[in-house]
Amino acid sequence: MSERFAVIEAKGLGLTFETGDGPVHALKDVDLAIHKGDFVSFIGPSGCGKTTFLRVAADLEQPTAGRITVNGMSPEEARKSRSYGYVFQAAGLFPWRTIGANVRLPLEIMGYERAEQERRMARVLELVELSGFEKKYPWQLSGGMQQRASIARALAFDADILLMDEPFGALDEIVRDKLNEQLLALWARTGKTIGFVTHSIPEAVFLSTHIVVMSPRPGRVTDVIESTLPRERTLDIRETPEFLALAHRVREGLRAGHAYDE
Amino acid sequence: MRAVLPVVTVVAAIFALWYAGAVWLNAPWARDQAARAGVELTLPELVSATWSQERPRLPAPHQVAEEFWKSTAGTRLSSKRNLLYHAWVTLAATLTGFALGTGLGILLAVGIVHDRTMNASVMPWVIASQTIPILAIAPMIIVVLNSVGVTGLLPKAIISMYLSFFPVVVGMVKGFRSPDAMLLDQMRTWSASRSQTFRKLRWPASLPYLFPSLKVAVAASLVGAIIGELPTGAVAGLGARMLSGSYYGQTVQIWSALVMAAILAAALVAVIGLAERAAGRAMGGRA
Repeated sequence: MSERFAVIEAKGLGLTFETGDGPVHALKDVDLAIHKGDFVSFIGPSGCGKTTFLRVAADLEQPTAGRITVNGMSPEEARKSRSYGYVFQAAGLFPWRTIGANVRLPLEIMGYERAEQERRMARVLELVELSGFEKKYPWQLSGGMQQRASIARALAFDADILLMDEPFGALDEIVRDKLNEQLLALWARTGKTIGFVTHSIPEAVFLSTHIVVMSPRPGRVTDVIESTLPRERTLDIRETPEFLALAHRVREGLRAGHAYDE
Repeated sequence: MRAVLPVVTVVAAIFALWYAGAVWLNAPWARDQAARAGVELTLPELVSATWSQERPRLPAPHQVAEEFWKSTAGTRLSSKRNLLYHAWVTLAATLTGFALGTGLGILLAVGIVHDRTMNASVMPWVIASQTIPILAIAPMIIVVLNSVGVTGLLPKAIISMYLSFFPVVVGMVKGFRSPDAMLLDQMRTWSASRSQTFRKLRWPASLPYLFPSLKVAVAASLVGAIIGELPTGAVAGLGARMLSGSYYGQTVQIWSALVMAAILAAALVAVIGLAERAAGRAMGGRA
């Protein structure tokens, strides 16, 4: 890898939950560097710690071993300096707020002026192709549109890292394809660094510059695959031999990590 | 319109039972009177006698309606014999107690949700407070407050508050805890302060729990205000009307006060229902 700045860097990172049935090693000895402008997918079976890694980076969980820096800071400092936007599995829009008011919510909390809130809301809704929907309530939108609004909200305050935890997991495949394409376009336009958790091999291969393959018990990284695909991609690329070869390698990585044992 | 027939049927059944009950309960006295006068009552005479006594055990609906009309529309509004005057006295205490109870309930719920010590220590007392019969504690509250010079509306309002804060605490603790972990995590990623999380997430999320609690609370407030009027010497208010009615055997008067209390309760609950719908619309509800 090049000398580029490591936006997220983990060394010997570990997280053990103490439960009634004994300790659970959600993460063990994870060494990983995510560089500026990368699109990094985390893939692996349930319990492999992919979501936990993202949550540790976001200061939503505290590691029990090793260290991790985000933009060169501790996760807590990074959170407080608004280094990242986080998109959860469900859109998590507040049902009593309009789409516009939902996107403005983090800006209100961070104390942006009203006019600036409006300006930013209009800009990010345009980015996710939801202009004109700011006065609608979440229930008036489809699931895919709600998730786009949720992404817009995460983009509203100019964090240069976007952490996404299976954001399209609950959507059907056709909607998911379209959102994947839009996400790539958005990534190209904004130059953000993206950490993306997924269950889907094609999704991981289609989106990413790097694919982190993880395995469970204990949660660890078994392989980091650097994509050979060009940065600009269309959905057609999924039919190419190069794409299929990458998908095969991911599947091999998962198998090596005993992801298919059960 | 299809809903009208079942409703009319139920109302008719209630009135039929009521009239039958009046015959059954008032018949002994009617027979007694007839025996003293040395006359034999036919069945129609007996029935009509049970529905027109001055102090029946159970007054018939039309007697209550007549008394209700006479004591509201048929009496000067400024008169202390007007039932509306007594209703107003009770309503003022009810609303004051309801406001105090709602405020106290919400404050306690905020404390319980945000403070671990309060969560562990306050809730048992809140529950214990409701296991004490209000009839036992009401005279003590009146006497104690009276001895420090607090009289009139406030002691009644405090008894009313004592009953009404409970449903609000229970409902609002549940409501403030209703946002799921993901939404709370989301607020954390934005480094929202506790008060921001409360104002922008917990409070709006709790409103579906607030209104049902308020409906229970307002009915409890009314009961509290009426009970608060009983030991005050029966000066004014619906409770006083009931008490003086029972002193003098004026059952018709007791029942018209009861009907007034029922109307008040229904109206108060209806007003909260309207507020609930307005809040629902303002919060983007589908209705």
